[in-house]
Amino acid sequence: MSESPAPFEVRAWLILVTRDLNNATEIADYWIEPSRREARFFARPARRAVGRTVAPNRNSTLISNKIVVMWLKSRLSAYIRHNRFLRQLLASMLDLAPVVTVILFFQILVIQQPIPEAGRFVWGMFLVVLGLTLFVQGLNLGLFPLGESMAHAFARKGSMLWLLVFAFALGFGTTVAEPALIAVADEAARIAEEGGVIAASDESRKSYALGLRIAVALSVGFAVVVGVIRIVRGWPLPYVIIAGYIGVVVMTVFAPREIIGIAYDSGGVTTSTITVPLVTALGVGLSSSIQGRNPMIDGFGLIAFASLMPMIFVMGYGMIL
Amino acid sequence: MNEWLHELGSALLETLRAVSPIVTMLVLFQLLAIRKPLPNPRRIVVGFVYVLLGVALFLQGLKIALFPVGDLMARQLTAPEFLGAAPHDGGVHWYAYIWVYLFAASIGFATTLAEPALIAVALKAAEVSAGAINPWGLRLAVACGAALGLAVGTFRIVTGTDLHFYIIAGYVVVLIQTAFAPRMIVGLAYDSGGVTTSTVTVPIVTALGLGLASAVPGRNPLADGFGLIAFTCLFPIISVLGYAQIAAWRTRRNRSGDND
Repeated sequence: MSESPAPFEVRAWLILVTRDLNNATEIADYWIEPSRREARFFARPARRAVGRTVAPNRNSTLISNKIVVMWLKSRLSAYIRHNRFLRQLLASMLDLAPVVTVILFFQILVIQQPIPEAGRFVWGMFLVVLGLTLFVQGLNLGLFPLGESMAHAFARKGSMLWLLVFAFALGFGTTVAEPALIAVADEAARIAEEGGVIAASDESRKSYALGLRIAVALSVGFAVVVGVIRIVRGWPLPYVIIAGYIGVVVMTVFAPREIIGIAYDSGGVTTSTITVPLVTALGVGLSSSIQGRNPMIDGFGLIAFASLMPMIFVMGYGMIL
Repeated sequence: MNEWLHELGSALLETLRAVSPIVTMLVLFQLLAIRKPLPNPRRIVVGFVYVLLGVALFLQGLKIALFPVGDLMARQLTAPEFLGAAPHDGGVHWYAYIWVYLFAASIGFATTLAEPALIAVALKAAEVSAGAINPWGLRLAVACGAALGLAVGTFRIVTGTDLHFYIIAGYVVVLIQTAFAPRMIVGLAYDSGGVTTSTVTVPIVTALGLGLASAVPGRNPLADGFGLIAFTCLFPIISVLGYAQIAAWRTRRNRSGDND
């Protein structure tokens, strides 16, 4: 290969994709006034990378590809170390490695059959890693600060009523459209139909599933309200949880047997990926802005309510119908 | 390829529909009740968009990669031909299902580590405790609990014993542990129970439970297939409380050792 410089556009593109956003203005300027800026732009980092002085003059377009590549390599490794997104991408891969290992182990060594549609499996895992990375980035940028700033604002406002209305709406709103809950409700409706609890028609099944969803969403809203009152008043968490457990046990005795499994499961289903960060931030934010509360001791526990209360409500729903 | 992108688009729409109530509600409360501008609104909007995109991609990826394989494996592992023991004398012995318990435990462990909601809570706990709680330690403790819970849960389906005996016994254990565990961890431990069972774990575990209940002779999927999630909720509470107890006990022992 000759030592002639790579086309100018190619190098600019490489820089665009590998450099961080802080240099965006520099790059933009660069496009506006190429001839003068180009020299500065390439010469400075290249000197740092290879320890060799390249005069920042018009002739620096002659910098060889080798230097550009070396510089880009050093930039790239620094970039991975300092860039949050890429670091998180590696962390996400680590998070998902156990799942892939377990699946491969059982599929290859125990069941001894190939994975169907391996290409799609790889594509799907790629989406999962990318999705998890974006999610964790978004948590720190958006969901946590939002939940906490709203909790602080309500605590400063000092209106208990607004706080409780907010708590209820948060629990209800995050649950009512939760896809996992929709799936479980439909399944429960099918079972109720087969068990002869409701009439065997599409309509009665739909209304049963909707009723169940609303019962669960109401119960989560109610649970967050109780949890918030607990934080504000400073009740010890174990007492409230024990009361909830006693409620579950009492309801178990009276509820029809078919509903028990679904009821117990619906407790776990309600706490979804978006609910959890918002509700956790609410609890931690509240307990850090109310005097005398410790965010570690008092801030957690809202989710425990949110997964306890639906069990009681769903068993109640099964008894009414 | 085109078809895959199309699927991705519809997954994004689905996520949008699922979060629209909560976004509307947050905006309304911000405008009507708080009536103060958010600090850093642009950052928060960007973060929200990241979360939306992330959840949509994550769900779509699970739907493509993990759920079909998990479903298939649950069926293959519970198939009588695989177990190698034809049902005789009215049933298969519970120990013929050893691979099922192992699979349940390891898939529970692995999916819990991948659970985004648990990652969120672990990050928050590390932040609130100023680093005293190690996010990986917490997640490993929860994952061990989920693994144990699923192994016990599948055992229950195979033997066909009543769900509520196990759950109530579990509650009793939790209550006894609560009395002795360090106060700081109690809230977090209770929360980690609910958090374990979310996007990744629920569909795989449900498929496993229903598949197992329909494969084991004498079990009814309607009555026996559910309940695995309840186990996955309960056992992490026990394991996180236990982890904290062991940590506290070791600190105490070291301290008394220093005094001697």
